[in-house]
Amino acid sequence: MSGWTLAWHAPILPVLLPLCAGAVLLLARDARLGARAGIAVGATLAQLLVACVLLGMADGRVAAPWPGGAGVYALGGWAAPFGIVLVADRLAAVMLTLTALLGLAALVYSLARWERAGSHYLSLFQFLLMGLNGAFLTGDLFNLFVFFEVLLAASYGLALHGSGPLRVRSAMHYIVVNLVASALFLVAAALIYGVTGTLNMAELAQRVARLDAADRSLFDMGAALLGVVFLVKAGAWPLNFWLPAAYASATPPVAGVFAILTKVGVYALLRFSVLLEEVAAPAPFEGNWLYYCGLATVAAGSCGVLAAQKLDRLAGYLVIVSSGTLLAAFGFAGTTLTGPALYYLAASVLGSGAFFLLAELAERNRSAVADLLAISFEAFGLQDRYDAENTSELSGVAIPAAMAFLGLAFLSCALLLTGLPPLPGFVGKFALISAAIAAQPLAPLPQVVLFVAALLLSGLAGLIALSRLGLRIFWERERPTPHLQWVEAAPIGALLLLCAMLTLAAGPAMTFFDASAQSLHDAATYTRSVLPASAESVGRRP
Amino acid sequence: MEIVLALAIGVLGGSGVYLLLRPRTFQIIMGLSLLSYAVNLFIFAMGRLRLDAVPLIDPRQGNDPALYTDPVPQALVLTAIVIGFATTALFLVVLLASRGFNGTDHVDGREPEEDR
Repeated sequence: MSGWTLAWHAPILPVLLPLCAGAVLLLARDARLGARAGIAVGATLAQLLVACVLLGMADGRVAAPWPGGAGVYALGGWAAPFGIVLVADRLAAVMLTLTALLGLAALVYSLARWERAGSHYLSLFQFLLMGLNGAFLTGDLFNLFVFFEVLLAASYGLALHGSGPLRVRSAMHYIVVNLVASALFLVAAALIYGVTGTLNMAELAQRVARLDAADRSLFDMGAALLGVVFLVKAGAWPLNFWLPAAYASATPPVAGVFAILTKVGVYALLRFSVLLEEVAAPAPFEGNWLYYCGLATVAAGSCGVLAAQKLDRLAGYLVIVSSGTLLAAFGFAGTTLTGPALYYLAASVLGSGAFFLLAELAERNRSAVADLLAISFEAFGLQDRYDAENTSELSGVAIPAAMAFLGLAFLSCALLLTGLPPLPGFVGKFALISAAIAAQPLAPLPQVVLFVAALLLSGLAGLIALSRLGLRIFWERERPTPHLQWVEAAPIGALLLLCAMLTLAAGPAMTFFDASAQSLHDAATYTRSVLPASAESVGRRP
Repeated sequence: MEIVLALAIGVLGGSGVYLLLRPRTFQIIMGLSLLSYAVNLFIFAMGRLRLDAVPLIDPRQGNDPALYTDPVPQALVLTAIVIGFATTALFLVVLLASRGFNGTDHVDGREPEEDR
């Protein structure tokens, strides 16, 4: 009986676990590092376990206590239109698993030394995971805002972690942009509530179909505002100028977990537009807007990639490119691109997370002289700061063959992020391109050509930039071999190994992501499982 | 009453946006505060303006929804105020840290070239 009850409560656990762990860590801040690290890693492992169970339930491999694919959890037992629901369907479970994997890797990495660069790091990290998990699970518009704020508040603290003038400056820009975006989110949510009288996403989809013309134009304004907010989070051009600086100046493990932050915006955009499309309402942007916005993002990101002189900035621009690719794929005519795009999303999140972690290791111990021509005055300030932070790091067991590991990991990341075989970046891009070509009667030829060109050219730009920086970093003479610890190398290795597994199991994985896309586009089923009129499971208390 | 409220929201929002675009951190934080006031009033207005109506069910009046004002926007405003308050406090700390590091209150951490 208790097992069944726990399974029933599974969708709330990804929110509760990090909340409790973060609170305990807050109280236990004077405890030994070992104890705190144990709590944090244990909580993140538990989240990974719950996410995997939810994934199994959504896929039908684990017996689920609810009928159908989507697990609907009514908070406090209040049924859907009045209470707040959490919906754990396939896509949400995939995102939860990605979050837990990336979070675990970044957490273990940060235990080597970054955790000690400021206070309350582990608590903030757990709260960030809580906000991410909540944003992926929620089925309520205002609740989405609240979870966005939770994850943003934690991310402000994490972006400032380690302090220093550079971090404070870029975090300040990041905070202002996101505060304004939050204000816009509130305006949009209020407008949508004022017109439709509901904040539940499933009920929203039903009510929008019944609006008259005047209300409908108001609703469209609200939806467009909401779309702008999600695009800010997703780092879409021209709303992404804050992103490279904020990601580059954040500490590496924080930047690593930030790699999934932009995907929250992409996810919210996808979820919201899919729900509205089904009732013949426009997505946040009518017509091809999302598609062209994605293309512009890819172009701007590629320019940034070519111009970047340091690995961490390059990584930020690569995140923008992958966001743009996803936006263009979701904005593409037809729905056949969604499955491959989700596969690409998983690969790029894991790959860019690993790359952010790797960037700092690869640039560690480099002489500043090598970059004399390339880097600016501020970067010299950065170098001094690193030296100051480096003083306490020469502890722990160093791994042998550090350069070989770094080189191999760098090569894998480069293959992954530029979309070259054999890593899943290639499989994802290949599937995207073939789906785009197959969508031809529905999508006009110029659209297909532009999309394929954007994917290939952005890969080329990434390859040029990565090989240039790679040559400069790895073939530098008079460089002492960097001192790597196992806890730093293992997460990177694990993330890359996961990517390799994603290639080996590309067939089943692609089938799964296609099924996720299908269930995502089946908004009627989503609505039916959330609203109690046709599903008696919602209001029932366990 | 609608026109007064609309003007208030417009003036607050407009001043907020103007101040946000200024180069000093103190102006930014004032702008953010004004903008959040405008947003809060806007959320409140989305529950429709009602005089002499409470958002809670009064047993003496019965449960006819027409007698009450919409409680949801008021709950939303409360949440928004709390969140806005917390983030503004956080931003104040960042503002002071930036001032301490750079010795200037310019948002870029340094004065523009022509002022030097």
